[in-house]
Amino acid sequence: MQSNFKNMVFSLSLIAVFAAVTLASVYALTKEPISASKQAKQQNAIREVLPLFEYLDEAERVGVSSGDTLLVYRAYGKDEKFVGAAVETVSHTGYSGDIRLMVGFDTEGVIVNYSVLEQRETPGLGTKMVDWFKTETKNQNILGKNPSKDKFAVKKDGGDIDAITAATISSRAFLEAVQNAYFAYSNNKDAVSGATTVVTSGTAENQTSDKR
Amino acid sequence: MSRKSNLKIFLNGIIKENPIFVLVLGICPTLATTSSAINGMSMGLATTFVLLGSNVVVSLLKNLIPDKVRIPAFVVVIATFVTVVEMVMEAYVPALFESLGIFIPLIVVNCIVLGRAEAFASKNNLGKSALDGLGMGLGFTFALTLLGIIREFLGTGKAFGITLFNEEYGMLLFVLAPGAFIALGYLIAVMNKLQRK
Repeated sequence: MQSNFKNMVFSLSLIAVFAAVTLASVYALTKEPISASKQAKQQNAIREVLPLFEYLDEAERVGVSSGDTLLVYRAYGKDEKFVGAAVETVSHTGYSGDIRLMVGFDTEGVIVNYSVLEQRETPGLGTKMVDWFKTETKNQNILGKNPSKDKFAVKKDGGDIDAITAATISSRAFLEAVQNAYFAYSNNKDAVSGATTVVTSGTAENQTSDKR
Repeated sequence: MSRKSNLKIFLNGIIKENPIFVLVLGICPTLATTSSAINGMSMGLATTFVLLGSNVVVSLLKNLIPDKVRIPAFVVVIATFVTVVEMVMEAYVPALFESLGIFIPLIVVNCIVLGRAEAFASKNNLGKSALDGLGMGLGFTFALTLLGIIREFLGTGKAFGITLFNEEYGMLLFVLAPGAFIALGYLIAVMNKLQRK
């Protein structure tokens, strides 16, 4: 086809319209599965880190000292008995990018389990956090520990936890996220029993929830 | 158009003009996503889909597109296919989508895709263009998978996630960026040696 102005405008517009129609229909088709898979990922993470429960409360927003707003999901068993809470937490001090975790606490504040939602640490070093702090060797394990009793810092900083070999920065960031989670958990728990007030604000800037 | 020449077009992309080993095009995703065999293979297959789709559409539209605006037209076509791949992957294989991350949208600027649209699909008919896209794509996939297997094996002692030796003895370097360059360099050398015979 000749390269005159009319032809060029016509053919480019035609291609653009076709592209738009294609993309719109694919978007409509994949919208449901995408949101379902995101939801499923979060639900699985909550289930993984908590003891057996019957239902969850709506997420509560709790502000922590780092300026983030964490989400606390309180879980109840039979007869509306409180069995623990899962906290979606974040740390910005990792080696590369944010580290986002789901940490589960029982009624006493003891860590039941954790699950790494997002991290971009160095492959083979910092990425080991996915299993490292669950492994029962020396002082690596944080499961069954209570952040109010044990010192949640790496050995180098005078804490009780063994850092990942050659990944101290990632380990520090991980433990910071866990401590933030505990802070949010205990604040939230006190608030429900009436001791202190929860910092609830929907306007905080660094909300850890609806990212992406 | 004989059957023999069709086969030749198809094999051209896999062996004689392999985008990675011979043309050395699209090195950015090659180096970045081959830290494991499965990542390399998925990246290769996603690119294959885009190549096949864009080659087919470009060869169909070649008479409709004025010469002066052909590059923007090709880019719109390619970007459409890439966005489709991105959305489909996010919906059905979210874990893979997350580990490939930014490199899926970056297929748009992969020079093999635009290169084949410009150099082959805009001059050949539908059948030949489809074969060329498929051949080039599979050649790319082959190279990425091979590189992924080598890096994963040397770095972590695994291949496709199956442990072959203890991870403790792996050379971490090969999972990191420098290992990608080293492994790719040796691979190209070996391929050159083999092809010269």
